[in-house]
Amino acid sequence: MSAPAASFEKEAEIALARDLMAGKLEAFDRFVEAFHGRLFQYTLLVCGQREDAEEVAQDTLLKVFENFGQLREPERVRAWVFRIARNACLMKRRKSVFAPSQELSLDELMPSPGDHTGERRLEIADWSALPEEEVLRAELREAIQDAIQSLPEMYKAVLLLRDVEELTTEETAGILEVSQDVVKTRLHRARLAVRQRLDAYLRVRQN
Amino acid sequence: MGPRKDPPPPECVELFAQLSSYLDGDIPPEERNRLEEHLCGCPPCIEFLESLRRTVGLCHGFEPDAAPPPVASEFRQRLLEAFRKVRREAE
Repeated sequence: MSAPAASFEKEAEIALARDLMAGKLEAFDRFVEAFHGRLFQYTLLVCGQREDAEEVAQDTLLKVFENFGQLREPERVRAWVFRIARNACLMKRRKSVFAPSQELSLDELMPSPGDHTGERRLEIADWSALPEEEVLRAELREAIQDAIQSLPEMYKAVLLLRDVEELTTEETAGILEVSQDVVKTRLHRARLAVRQRLDAYLRVRQN
Repeated sequence: MGPRKDPPPPECVELFAQLSSYLDGDIPPEERNRLEEHLCGCPPCIEFLESLRRTVGLCHGFEPDAAPPPVASEFRQRLLEAFRKVRREAE
């Protein structure tokens, strides 16, 4: 999504939250529409299974309205909603098989230097062929989804909130209850890991 | 003997650890200047930085290829009841 579109979306969410806090019921349907889809997409990336994602997205939305009186700052409505979503995902995860999270090492995420031919180069794909603003091809979309879902949990949690939902470092740290430095470190490794997976996908396509 | 592969220069390794902070504009000015000076003379780092920037761009607002289910009218009613209850309690 382009930066202006993301910013417009965020402003719209804030306005809806303000209206609901003021008791304007006409904002209710639009608020549900604004968040229901996003919550489903988020919970799908976290949980991996459509059935689980639907259940957790619904639980989240219900908790949002049951606790709406606790929302103090409409400017932070997205972070507030995703904190509830994150907790709902954790509750769901506790009920299922718990996969231990693994560390990603920077060394493994660094590209290999190319063969020595007098000119330094890297063994990476040609990224200039990727569409920037166009609608993503289904295959590329699937590759991105696989790359995100393959991240160890602690990295995926950061990448989803910071890059996909575009929350701030501070908001992400608050939701995950870690320091901002931890968010930055994990975000960098998560991005590198996703980049590495996409690079492998592009190289296969380009060969 | 196969082709020789050189390890990346230390300045590239150092830059590698800072790329996300650089992309997010979350880096002190003197560090940023140093990093940009290195980038000016290092095409592999520029190429890698570009691939990371594209990765971040692809993740922004990413939506999996799965349409969300419609909100059932019964569930919508349940949400509305929950919201009305909260409003009544607040008044």
